[in-house]
Formats: sequence, structure tokens, C-alpha cells
Amino acid sequence: MQWITAIIKPFKLDEVREALAEAGVHGMTVTEVKGFGRQHGHTELYRGAEYVVDFLPKLKIELAVSDEQLEHAIEAIVGTARTGKVGDGKIFVSALEQVIRIRTQEVDADAL
Amino acid sequence: MRSSRLLAGAAALALLPLSAFAQAASVTKLDSGDTAWMLTASMLVLMMTIPGAALFYGGMVRAKNLLSVMMQCFAITALITVLWIVYGYSLAFSTEGMHAGITGWHSFIGGLDRAMLAGLTPDSRYQTVPESVYVMFQLTFAIITPVLIVGAYAERMRFAAMLWFSALWFTLVYLPIAHMVWSGPGSLLGDLGVLDFAGGTVVHINAGVAGLVACLVIGKRRGWPHTHMPPHNLGYTVIGASLLWLGWFGFNAGSAVAANGSAGMAMLVTQIATAAAAIGWTAVEWTVHKRASVLGIASGAVAGLVAVTPAAGTCGPGGALLIGLAAGVICFFTATRLKYRLGYDDTLDVFGVHAIAGIVGALLTGPFAAASLGGFGHVASAWGQLWIQAKGVGFTIAWSALLSVAILKLLDRTLGLRVDAEQEQMGLDLAEHEERAYDLQR
Repeated sequence: MQWITAIIKPFKLDEVREALAEAGVHGMTVTEVKGFGRQHGHTELYRGAEYVVDFLPKLKIELAVSDEQLEHAIEAIVGTARTGKVGDGKIFVSALEQVIRIRTQEVDADAL
Repeated sequence: MRSSRLLAGAAALALLPLSAFAQAASVTKLDSGDTAWMLTASMLVLMMTIPGAALFYGGMVRAKNLLSVMMQCFAITALITVLWIVYGYSLAFSTEGMHAGITGWHSFIGGLDRAMLAGLTPDSRYQTVPESVYVMFQLTFAIITPVLIVGAYAERMRFAAMLWFSALWFTLVYLPIAHMVWSGPGSLLGDLGVLDFAGGTVVHINAGVAGLVACLVIGKRRGWPHTHMPPHNLGYTVIGASLLWLGWFGFNAGSAVAANGSAGMAMLVTQIATAAAAIGWTAVEWTVHKRASVLGIASGAVAGLVAVTPAAGTCGPGGALLIGLAAGVICFFTATRLKYRLGYDDTLDVFGVHAIAGIVGALLTGPFAAASLGGFGHVASAWGQLWIQAKGVGFTIAWSALLSVAILKLLDRTLGLRVDAEQEQMGLDLAEHEERAYDLQR
């Protein structure tokens, strides 16, 4: 099992969610976050006082997938979240040791 | 016509007996049109303070200080009203002991013969309006002047110290200057021939200079200018600027103290100068910063309103256009460059906008009062009047600066002007009033 954390542009959420659903992903967690990578923030100017805003609003999507699903899930995210401009975000993948569904106590593949 | 101008041919005033209003009242007939307009104008000027200035300033501070600024505007409104009744109106407008051309004690300050509005009845008149309406109209000017200073010390002054400062400043700075300019024959600056139709000197230069002094004495906000302190709600600021613009017709056209041609012309030139200044500020900003900002166009409009105030009774449409344009362009630089260059933390640019636009307007009032430059001020010479205006400006700057320093230093030694560091960080809304403007988490 794999744990995917993707940072995407906020306006891409709906497309990404639909593509992931088509790829067989049944659930995810979405968080509003702020951060920066290669994309720079913006500046604001009030009566000569310039403020550089470094952190940009992004969405963080977190989901657990089986090893077989991983490639499809990544393709789904990349295929929909990409605009080709700086600031499209990143996908982080890490190994996932255990999953437990709280209601039934099913584990791992059954719990996904 | 309310004005101090001997040169402007204030014929009605000149014909009056030299002493009390009461005598003047008995010889003039009430005009219901004038009265209706002055009732309306008084309400418009009060609206400039609450909610106009409260919103204009409130939008520019950080969210944690919004209520403190609104509270300051509201509390000053109540405080000055009471002081005005007890002694303010009398010290500003009593003509006791005044004689045209003679400089004496009462050229600087009125007597106390009208304290507690002594002698005021429903039949008392000021020119063609009930004196009660004139008392009310002038009160709204006395209220907005200390309110303008709020912008300079915003986000760090103790509420109690703010109340003491406003009361003392009103008494020692506003009342004498209003008397010296507006109380008629025998007043110091009035006899000098200074033109100040609606209060460029009395209100705006006076308050703007006090603002500079206040922010210097009280010191910078913690973290300024390195910490981000952007305005928290420019929507409020635009609403406030719009209410100021609208209310200013009461301020300027009301200063004719009649519903007549002078009032109509004052209204028109106010609109012209305000629009020209908004365009002037925005044009320079667009050139320099490649953006036309909301805060910029609102600030420019206010600069134009301030600048045309002393000229509103004497300049023509062309003069208003140039006065407004000059104020908008100059104030762009004084509000966006000067304080960073010199390093004083005038929170909301009371000096950069009000004092500077006030000075620009007061000086340009001189030449643009002349018939040769399209004015109606009946002045002897455009440049001669410029020099007279400069003397009025210089005197007001000196009076306001010296007494403001004295008042602030005294209060700093006794009460303490500033909240402590922790309270400043917490914001004055919670620290001083134990309230919050916004509770969006619930």
C-alpha cells in the first residue's frame, strides 16, 4: 500500500477528484494549505508600503491506494492538475504500513 | 456668509453691531429656506465623522484595532458636544470685547459670556437662521477636527489618554484658532484678511499638524515599518471616503450659512476639486506603480475635499480643477514617500493627506480668489492674497505644533500615552475595550 500526498492548485480540485474516482480511488482527505516552491508569491502596495506575500494558497490531497492502483492514481492527478505553468504542485509517495477501518476493524486492502 | 474676510466683502457681517450675536439676531429676519438647508448641512457634517471618518480610518487599521478607532470617533463626538455646550461655543464665537482692526486679548479667544449657551432662546438668530442651528452646525466642525487626528496615533494610544488629549487639544488649539479665523471683525487672522471659507486652516492644517506631532511624541508602532500592517478592510475605507465626499457638501456649501448662490457654487467646486484630485493621485500612481489602487483613488478624493475647503466660497470651477489636481498629485508623494523617507509612523497619513492638502488648498485659495484667475473673492491682488494666506498657514502650524507638543508631553508624564507592548500586540479592541470586531470562528 502507498500513501499519496499531492499539493495542487485549488481550482483543479474537482477535475482531480473525478479522475481519481475513475481510477478506482474511493476516498481522500483535502486540506487548504499555504506554501511556496518555485512559484513566487505576490506583492501588495498600500500608500507606498509594499508587502511581499510569500505563501500562496494550495490544496493538499491525501489518499491511500493499493500498490496496483498507484500508477493510475498518479496518472489521474498529473493528467488533471497540470497546467504547464510554475506552481502546479507536487506529488509525494511513501510506503504505507497499515490501514484500519475503525467501524469494522478491517485491515489493509479490505480497509481501503 | 460665515467667514472672517474683511476683504471678501462680507457685507452682512460688516453692517452688524460690533458686539453680541443677540443684537444681531434682533435685526435679521428668519429665512426658512436657509434654516432648512442649515439643519440638513449640520446632519451631513456629523455624518462625516460618524460613520464617515470612523469607516474611512477603521478600514485601514488591522482587524484587531477596528473597534478602537470607531470608539475613538464616537467617544470624541460625545465628549466635544458636552464641552461645546459648556464653554466651547462661547470661547470660539463670543464677540465680547472685539473691535475691528484692534488686536487684543479677545482677538485670540472669545469670552465666557455665552458659556452654557447663555442667552440662547428659540428666537435667537445668527443671520437668517436660528442661532441654535448655527451652534449645532459649528459643533459638527469642532467634533470632526480632533477626530481627524485619530488617524495619526491609531493602533497604540490608551483610550483614557486619547480622551484627555482630545479635550485639551479642543480647548487650547481648536477653539482659539476657530475664534481667530471665524469670529468676525477684531479676530486676529480675520483682520489679517485670511480667507478660510469652510475650515482648511482651522480644521485640516490644524489637525494635520497635530497628527504629525502626536505620532512623533507617542512613537512608532512596534515593528513599523518592517512588519506587515496592511489595511484589513478597504471596502470600509471606500464607504467611509464616499460618506466623507457626500457629507462634505454640508461642510463646504453649508459654510455659506444660507441656501444661496454662494452655497451652490461651493457645492459645485467641491465636486470638481474632489474628482480632479482622485484623478491626479490615480494618474501618478498608475505611472509610478503601474497600478491604479482603490486606497489611492479614495485617498486622492479626500485630499481634494480637504484642499478645496478654504477656497470653496471664493474660487471658480477652473480654480477648483487646478487646486484638486495639485492636491492629488502632491499628496500622492507626501503620503507614499515622505513618512518612509523621514521615518515617522503617521498610521493613516493625517499629516501626508490632511495637513499637506490643507496647506496646498489654503495657499492656492489666495490667487484663485482673484477675479483675474476666475475667482469671486474680491481680493486686491492674487499674489498679495497668497502672502496673506501664507501668514495664516504659518501661524496655524506654529500654534498647533507648539501647543500639541505641550499637551502630549504633559499627558505622557502623567497618564502615559501608550498601551504596553503586550496590549499593542493583542490589539486595542481586546486590550482597551474587551471586545472584538470580528468573531468568524463561531
